[in-house]
Amino acid sequence: MMPSEPAVRTGPTAATPPKAHDGHRAATPRDARAERKNPARDVVRTAPRQDPVGGAATPTLRLLDEDGTRRPDPELDRWLADLDPAASDETARSSARTALLGLYEDMVVARRIDAEATALQRQGELALWPPLLGQEAAQVGSARALRDDDFVFSSYREHAVARVRGAELVDLVRVWRGVAVSGWDPYAIGMASPQVIIGAQALHATGWAMGVQNDADAGRVDAAAGLPVGVAYFGDGAMSQGDVNEAFVFASTYRSPVVFFCQNNQWAISEPVALQSRVPLVERARGFGMPGVRVDGNDVLAVLAVTRAALDRARRDGGPTLVEAVTYRMGPHTTADDPKRYRDAAEVEVWAGRDPVARFEAYLRSVGALDDDGADRVRAVADAAAAELRAGCVALTDPEPLSLFDHVYTEPHHALDRERAEYAHYLASFGDDGAGGPGAAGDRAASGTAAAPTGVAR
Amino acid sequence: MTTTLTLAKALGAGLHRAMTDDDRVVVMGEDVGRLGGVYRVTDGLQGAFGERRVLDTPLAESGIVGTAVGLAYRGYRPVCEIQFDGFVFVAFDQILSQLAKMHARTGGKVRLPITIRIPVGGGIGAAEHHSESPEALFAHVAGLRVVSVANPQDAYTALRQAVACDDPVIFFEPKRRYHLKGEVDLDPVDPLPMDRARVVREGHDVTLVTWGGLVGTALDAAVAASDDGVSVEVIDLRSLSPVDHDAVAASVRKTGRVVVTHEAPRHAGLGAEIAATVTDRCFEYLEAAPVRVTGHGMPYPPAKLEGHYLPDLDRILDGVDRVLGRVEPFVPAADRRVAEVAR
Repeated sequence: MMPSEPAVRTGPTAATPPKAHDGHRAATPRDARAERKNPARDVVRTAPRQDPVGGAATPTLRLLDEDGTRRPDPELDRWLADLDPAASDETARSSARTALLGLYEDMVVARRIDAEATALQRQGELALWPPLLGQEAAQVGSARALRDDDFVFSSYREHAVARVRGAELVDLVRVWRGVAVSGWDPYAIGMASPQVIIGAQALHATGWAMGVQNDADAGRVDAAAGLPVGVAYFGDGAMSQGDVNEAFVFASTYRSPVVFFCQNNQWAISEPVALQSRVPLVERARGFGMPGVRVDGNDVLAVLAVTRAALDRARRDGGPTLVEAVTYRMGPHTTADDPKRYRDAAEVEVWAGRDPVARFEAYLRSVGALDDDGADRVRAVADAAAAELRAGCVALTDPEPLSLFDHVYTEPHHALDRERAEYAHYLASFGDDGAGGPGAAGDRAASGTAAAPTGVAR
Repeated sequence: MTTTLTLAKALGAGLHRAMTDDDRVVVMGEDVGRLGGVYRVTDGLQGAFGERRVLDTPLAESGIVGTAVGLAYRGYRPVCEIQFDGFVFVAFDQILSQLAKMHARTGGKVRLPITIRIPVGGGIGAAEHHSESPEALFAHVAGLRVVSVANPQDAYTALRQAVACDDPVIFFEPKRRYHLKGEVDLDPVDPLPMDRARVVREGHDVTLVTWGGLVGTALDAAVAASDDGVSVEVIDLRSLSPVDHDAVAASVRKTGRVVVTHEAPRHAGLGAEIAATVTDRCFEYLEAAPVRVTGHGMPYPPAKLEGHYLPDLDRILDGVDRVLGRVEPFVPAADRRVAEVAR
C-alpha cells in the first residue's frame, strides 16, 4: 500500500483459495422448484458470483485465517504496530496484549448483550430487536479505530459500535421497548441517533464532514492534528439507495473527510446482495472517484487496520474511502423475521465456520495472550453486561403522556401549544392527572411480538 | 436604513446580513455560487463569503438537504436553495423523515436550524415542474415551519427570522413576485414574528385569505370589489405552518364571511384547513359557508392554459359574490335531481 493511497489495494493478497460456496445454490429439490418459479432468483443466479472471501477481481484483505492463524501483511501490519503481541519491548508487548484482549472483550460482550436483547424480546420485554450476531468483528474493529472527535452516523444494527462509543447499555433498548425514538445523547458519545431509513445517514455523515472542512477554514479545528472524520455505517442493501450514492458524489467532489463503512452481511431481509449489485460492492467506489477497499469483516484485526488507513487518509485531507466489510448476518433481520424462508441452512453453516469471535480467540490463545482463566474473566464481564442490560430494560417506565408534545419544535409554536392544552384538558377530564386516560396506561411496549412487521426496517 | 429593492434582491440582502451576522450560516444549492442562482437571489454571495460558505452543489436535491442535516449536526445553519418547486420531491424523504423529526427523535438533543428556500407557484409561463404549489404537503408535516412571503420587506425580514430559527423552515418565494419592488427597512424595529399573519387591507364585508403569489391579485380584487360597494379585508397569511388562525378568526368575527384562495388544488389544500377551523371557531359569526377559490385537481397545465387554472381577479370576485349570496352556487345536475326527489 502506498502511503499516498493507504487504503487502496490493486493486486490480490496472498489469498487462500476461496471456499467453494455459492450462496444461491438450491439445497433441496423444493428450493430448486422455488428458484425456477421466482424471476428474481434468475437475476440473482445469472449475476456474477460475489464470493465473500476471495475472487480474482477484487481482493479481500485478511490477517487472520479462519483457524486464527495470523498472516503477515506488511502493508496492513504497519497500521497495527501497537498490537504486536510478540513485541520485543516489554511495555509495548504488555500494552499490545491488553489492547488485543480489549478487542476480544468488546466482541464477546457485544455478542452476549445481543443474545440478551433477543431473549428480552422473546420474553415480551422488547417489541423488536435487530441482532448483530456475526458482525461483531466488523463493528468492533472499525469502531475501535475511531477518535473521540470523529462522529458516527449508523443504521439500527450497530449496537457494538454504540457500546464502543460509550453508550449506556440501557440506551440500546429504549427504542425497541417503545419508550423513546432514540437512546443516547449524540453529542455525548459522538454518534448520531441510529437511522431507520436505509442509507439516509450516509448524507448526514458527509454533511458533517463538510462542516469539518468549514471548521478547518475558520480555524475551529486543527488540521495539523488530523481532521475529525464522519463515519457512515450502512449495509449492502443501502448501496442501492439514492442517498448513499449521492453521499458518494458529494464526499468525493468536495473531498470531505468521510469513511463509508459498508457491512455487507449478504442479506437485506430476504434479498441477497446479488440483487443489489452485479459487481462486488467495493468496485463501485472507483466510479465515484474514491478508493474502495474490501476486507474480511469477520477478521477484527484486518478491519481495524483497514479502517485506520481509511481514517488516516481522510484526516490528511485525502477525502473519502469506501470500506466493504464482508460479513454475514447469522441471525434474522429482526426478531420478527424468519430467515429459514429464504436462505439455506448449509449457507449459514459455512459462515458459522468463519465465526469472528472464535477466530480471534484462537489467535489470542495461539500467541499466549489468552488462556482459560482469561476467557472466563471475559465471559464474566459479558454476563455482567447482560445483567445490566436486562435490569435497565425492565426498569424503563413509560413516558408521561404530555411529554409527547415536548420536542416537536425548539421554539414556542402557537398551534401545537393549543393542541397540548386541549389534550391536557381531555386527560384531566378523567378526574386525575390523566393516568387513567387512554394511551396513558398500557404496557404496550411490553406486549411483545404483537405489532412488529418484518418490514419495519430493512 | 430604508431602500428600494425587488423581492429577489431583498432575499439576497437578507441572506447577506444573516451570513455576516453568523459565520455558521452557509448557503447551498444548484447554481447558487458563481451564477448567483437562476433567479439571482444569491448573486454576489460567493464572492463575499467564499466557495465553502456558498456551495455550488451536485445536482441532487436529497443530497443537498441530507448534507445540510449533517452540517447542522455539526452546528451550522444551512440555507438550501431548491431551484424550482417541482424539484423538491426527490428531497422529500430527507425533509420529512430527517429534518422534521430529528429534534423530537433525539429528545431535543439535536437541533436542525435549516432553511429550505423554494421558488413557488405559477403564472410565469414555465415548463412542467416549474409552477407547482406544494405548500400543503409540507404544512401537513409536524416539525416543520412553513413560510410564504409576498413582498420585499417580508422577504428580507422573514428570511432572516427563518435562518435565526432553530426549527427547520420551508421558505416559499413566489416566482411571479420576484421582481416586485418595494421599500425595505434593513433594520426593522420589532418586526412581525414569522408565524403571524398580516391584514394587508382592512374591510368589513368579506375576509379574503391568501398568501404568496396571489396576495397582489387579492388586493386587486379588493379594489375592484370596493368599486362595487363591497368592503373586502385581505389577509396575507405569511405563515402556512403554523397557520395564524387567531388572525383569521378575528377578521371573520368582524365580517362573517370568508373566502380562501390559493394556487394549489382544492382537495386537501390549506383552504380546507382554514375553512374547517373558521367553522370551528367562528360558527356563530358566519353568515355563509366558507368559499374556496383554487387551482383545479390536476397536474399543473401547460403555460397557454394556466390562465384557466390559476385563480385570477375575476374568479376571486366570483368567490366574493358567492360568499355574499349574490350568485347561485354551482350545483351539479345529478345533485339537483336528488334534491328534487327529496322534495
